[in-house]
Amino acid sequence: MARISYMEAARQALAEEMRRDPLVWAVGEDLGRGGVFGQYRGLVEEFGPARISDAPISEAAILGASVGAAMMGTRPVVEMRFSDFALCAVDELVNQAAKARFMFGGQTRVPMVVREPIGMWRSSAAQHSQSLESWYAHIPGLVVACPATPADNKGMLKSAIRCDDPVVYMEHKNLWPLEDEVPDGEHLVPFGVARTLREGRDVTIVSWSAQVHVCARAAETLAQHRIEAEVIDLRTLWPWDQETVLASVSRTGRLLIAHEAVQVGGFGAEIAAVVAE
Amino acid sequence: MPETPRRNIDIARLRDQHRLMWRIRALEEAALRGLGDKVVLGAIHPSIGQEAVAAGVVGALRRDDILLSTHRGHGHTLAKGASSEAMLRELFGRVGGNCGGKGGSMHIADFEVGMLGANGVVGANIVIAAGAAHAIKLKGEDKVVCCIFGDGAINRGPFLEGLNWAAVFGLPVLFVCEDNGFAATTRTASMTAGGGPAVRARAIGLPAEELDGNDVLAVEDTAQAMIAAIRAGGGPRFLHAKTYRLTGHTGVDTAPYRPADEVAARKREEPILRAADLLRGAGVAEAEIEADRIAAEAEMNAAYDAAIAAPFPGPEAAFLDVQDVGSPALGAF
Ligand SMILES: Cc1ncc(C[n+]2csc(CCOP(=O)(O)OP(=O)(O)O)c2C)c(N)n1
Ligand SMILES: [Mg+2]
Repeated sequence: MARISYMEAARQALAEEMRRDPLVWAVGEDLGRGGVFGQYRGLVEEFGPARISDAPISEAAILGASVGAAMMGTRPVVEMRFSDFALCAVDELVNQAAKARFMFGGQTRVPMVVREPIGMWRSSAAQHSQSLESWYAHIPGLVVACPATPADNKGMLKSAIRCDDPVVYMEHKNLWPLEDEVPDGEHLVPFGVARTLREGRDVTIVSWSAQVHVCARAAETLAQHRIEAEVIDLRTLWPWDQETVLASVSRTGRLLIAHEAVQVGGFGAEIAAVVAE
Repeated sequence: MPETPRRNIDIARLRDQHRLMWRIRALEEAALRGLGDKVVLGAIHPSIGQEAVAAGVVGALRRDDILLSTHRGHGHTLAKGASSEAMLRELFGRVGGNCGGKGGSMHIADFEVGMLGANGVVGANIVIAAGAAHAIKLKGEDKVVCCIFGDGAINRGPFLEGLNWAAVFGLPVLFVCEDNGFAATTRTASMTAGGGPAVRARAIGLPAEELDGNDVLAVEDTAQAMIAAIRAGGGPRFLHAKTYRLTGHTGVDTAPYRPADEVAARKREEPILRAADLLRGAGVAEAEIEADRIAAEAEMNAAYDAAIAAPFPGPEAAFLDVQDVGSPALGAF
């Protein structure tokens, strides 16, 4: 076990996958200087500018070109900089990446990872702070991943790169410096398997991404008041681990969902509906 | 338009193109018949009158080259080598269609012959084509990507983004603007500022040529030269082929927004008649010229009969090929 940051975990994951598979490459604005947050630091030195590729400020082309490159057998890792800017490429993600396999009757796959940093961060206001994970969970064909810890950011990014489906990979900007233990060696986290970080009999708290840490602290506060909360980190919103959540709620009889996104039409509503059903 | 005299017409090549253009025409007539017979349920966008672009450009590609097309892509797809029966099955939503009946006319694709898809979103294929070429360059292959789009598509953002992308990365793509004068019911010129597609392409640094897109030999000659330059590592090129859409925008559009005498004049310049005139002038017998039409119609009639006899996919197909992880086929929905 090594103690590394959420950002360093992702950097290592990408470097390991690029060493393992020469068809993996990354593309996005400013990657040659390490990316806007430094999450690509040092990679161009090892892999060169063709595989850690700069891009013009052309979000539709960054995503759309990656769809074409994925259909031709490479595995692009696409950096969208902020999830807010990925909205300039919604057609390419929703109409093209997500639909190609189905629409063409299984003739192709679109193995790409679309990295979309999300969340409130450094007083960045309305165009640099959104968490739009529920939008993508609504789209058949996409996988939606929201890692909360350094270990998950390593294991989930590696799984995302190996996945044959397009994965919307949402890293929380406030988590970049967070340090924690990450397993040594090959570490892969499967999609659709939640992580129960605290067991408890009184109430189930379901969350993902940065809110998981808020929920963990809240559970400690509750424990001081002799309320034992079970805290579940969903990790992926599509697919989401209904089994773990349903089993927990059937024990506790109470459910609290916490996410950073807008409440109306949020993914929390989907969980509440499934549990109520 | 009188034909410019040519000294060295390659008769065999022209005959092949004449044959292919008739196959495209007959395929689309079969598709329109399918619309009338209510076996085509969705929209179809015929390219009748535009066949020289498909035959000339796509005919200049290698089988392992890559093609991306538009909602008006039947001709391109057939020219790339897709089977006419599989295409009609696809248009009719049947088993054995190129996409298992799930794509239909607007999303037809045949990856076996390097046809990576028509696209229901105008202009969307331009950036995808740039990316397909990007992969070819990363893998060090010598394939070329050909991306065909309409005159309306040059007003969408992906046109700028895709051409710039191909230019800065020096990618092997031939962009072809198949200009039929209309974007749906609107004359494209009325909604397009500046000097047109080739001027825009040159402004981004792509060598670009404009030509008469109903002259199949000119289209093929120019496409061939451009493809050779691209394959030699010269970077992307741009071809603006001017043609005319003889039908409405879709199979049900009667196009009342344009004068009948305009259409009548354009009919006299359509590419199959012009190719036939050249063949006649070069001494090919009338019966042989006619045989190309008859053979094409026979092929498409047989394909039509086979396609309407094919079964529809079962309801389970709606949940297949969505995704591996979280697949709705596993009852997750
Ligand atoms: C992004 C987008 N906007 C609008 C449409 C509706 N639409 C379908 S075809 C078409 C006209 C396209 O004109 P052009 O690019 O010249 O191609 P053509 O139909 O003439 O072959 C329009 C507006 C669409 N499919 N996609
Ligand atoms: Mg047009």
